[in-house]
Amino acid sequence: MSLAAPQARAGAHAPGQSRAMPRLLIGLAVVLTAIIVVVPLVFIFWRAFAQGWASYLGNITDAQTLHAIWLTALVAVIVVPVNIAFGIAAAWAITRFRFPGRKLLVTLIEIPFSISPIIAGICYLLLYGRQGLWGPWLAAHDLKIMFALPGIVLVTMFVTAPFVARELLPLMQAQGSEQEEAAVTLGARGWQVFSRVTLPNIRWALLYGAVLCTARAVGEFGGVSVVSGSIRGQTNTLPLQIELMFNDLNTTGAFAAASTLTVIALIVLIIKAALESRR
Amino acid sequence: MIPKFRIAALALLLGATPAMAQDKILNVSYDIARELFEALNPEFQTYWKDKTGRDVTIDQSHGGSSKQARAILEGLPADVVTFNQETDVDVLAKNGLVEENWREALPNAASPYYSLPAFLVRKGNPKGIKDWSDLARDDVKAVFPNPKTSGNGRYTYLAAFAYGLANNGNDVEKAKEFVGKIFANVPVFDTGGRAATQTFAERNIGDVLITFEAETKGIAKQYADQGFEAVTPATSLFAAFPVAVVTENAKKDGALEVSTEYLKWLYTPEAQETLAENHYRVTDKDVAAKHATEFPEVKLLTVDEVFGGWGKVQSEHLAEGGILDQVFVNQ
Repeated sequence: MSLAAPQARAGAHAPGQSRAMPRLLIGLAVVLTAIIVVVPLVFIFWRAFAQGWASYLGNITDAQTLHAIWLTALVAVIVVPVNIAFGIAAAWAITRFRFPGRKLLVTLIEIPFSISPIIAGICYLLLYGRQGLWGPWLAAHDLKIMFALPGIVLVTMFVTAPFVARELLPLMQAQGSEQEEAAVTLGARGWQVFSRVTLPNIRWALLYGAVLCTARAVGEFGGVSVVSGSIRGQTNTLPLQIELMFNDLNTTGAFAAASTLTVIALIVLIIKAALESRR
Repeated sequence: MIPKFRIAALALLLGATPAMAQDKILNVSYDIARELFEALNPEFQTYWKDKTGRDVTIDQSHGGSSKQARAILEGLPADVVTFNQETDVDVLAKNGLVEENWREALPNAASPYYSLPAFLVRKGNPKGIKDWSDLARDDVKAVFPNPKTSGNGRYTYLAAFAYGLANNGNDVEKAKEFVGKIFANVPVFDTGGRAATQTFAERNIGDVLITFEAETKGIAKQYADQGFEAVTPATSLFAAFPVAVVTENAKKDGALEVSTEYLKWLYTPEAQETLAENHYRVTDKDVAAKHATEFPEVKLLTVDEVFGGWGKVQSEHLAEGGILDQVFVNQ
């Protein structure tokens, strides 16, 4: 609503322009936002608490749900640092060096954006599954990739791969390499250049990318659903737990678990907003 | 959930491994059986402890039965399957994971419990829906999931078709016409049973929801404030809930004995009682007699009798351009 006031005033000052049009458009935007974002969000919490606090707490502290929360967090804790490392490496290579295949690398990084996560899941299944390309070898060595933590981590990593690099690329491109070159002329070594010059310059974009990556990692459903095997208390992530409870007519349980995921997402988004305002 | 299970779950939560070796099975099951096995498993754990003195952990995985079968083929280490589609067990048998003759391994074609497509109508049954013929009436709107994507919907289609055949002297064309009329009364085909339930109960669409009888009771309970009534038609189709040991995995896990016993135990009066309490029909005579009032008498046709087995259902009805497609096009 705070947006509406200055907009309306601007409309009033413009000569010969009707005030109705901007108001109509703003009203439309507010209504659409309410329908598409606000109402569903409120509804999640309303349904979660529909049977009272006790029922809500009972559903949240259910051992299987707690495990799902823990597993989801664990996956994010593994995936996000790896993506930070690879994101920085990729952005560094692309913006600081000219090499054949550079454009191709940029495209490759973006592939997960355009491919549905379920395709990623199926691809991994066809590679690492029992009937897959490397399946027999893995089985012979008793290595479990699919339907275990490694599979979930791999797919989540694939889906979230572009976030850090995509945030860093435009920034590092714009900043150019002058400061780093200056540092080198002054005798800085590779690691010193990175930690003293590059990292401070990109830290906000890096954090921002990491936050987006986290949000995506905890919410991933489609790809994980293919490779998880949904073993309760073992490989069931929070989004899968929500689906399970929902299918099982345990609406309150589903919405209670959904509210947890929503709270995590909201916290992540608040961190993101805070970072944005500092940037 | 019993405390022992909580402790085990907590131990997993903390990443601790159980100190002593114990029996462990993974039961891979269909998507709406979570509460059922949450009730059954602790009972089996007690039974197993009394019988052998050993503890057993039962892990559960739930999902669409075909998706689960696919996952097992790709290495999901299931020791037993408890499915709601026979064809999904057949897929495993074809790939050598389940014994070829799994249907003979346990009584009642390896189906410890069963159900049938039945109706859920609105409070007071205002349209007076009693049997399949009522679904073909012009003033009735029926809701059930798309038979192309849902096993549940497939059973509804086959039950309606079987009814159509039985009441038209086995005339396939007339049965097609009958089912076509029912299909024309469906305002929306959802992809799965849960979505169809929502369409009926929360979006308030349709006069009757068609799903497994076991489900109709559960839905009526979930939406108690709406006063839905479960109606069992006079004739319907036997819907098996097949179980089988995934022999290859169970052998590898050293869980062949406990897996076999687990499935056998499902036929004991104790387990059958729990199954009946969860609205599934059971074969144990005493338990069935005790719950007789909850399960109205019904004439059950089987896929084998009416259609000559699931193989023929696949090739004649469900295959591309088959009878199901023709009914869809003609509606």
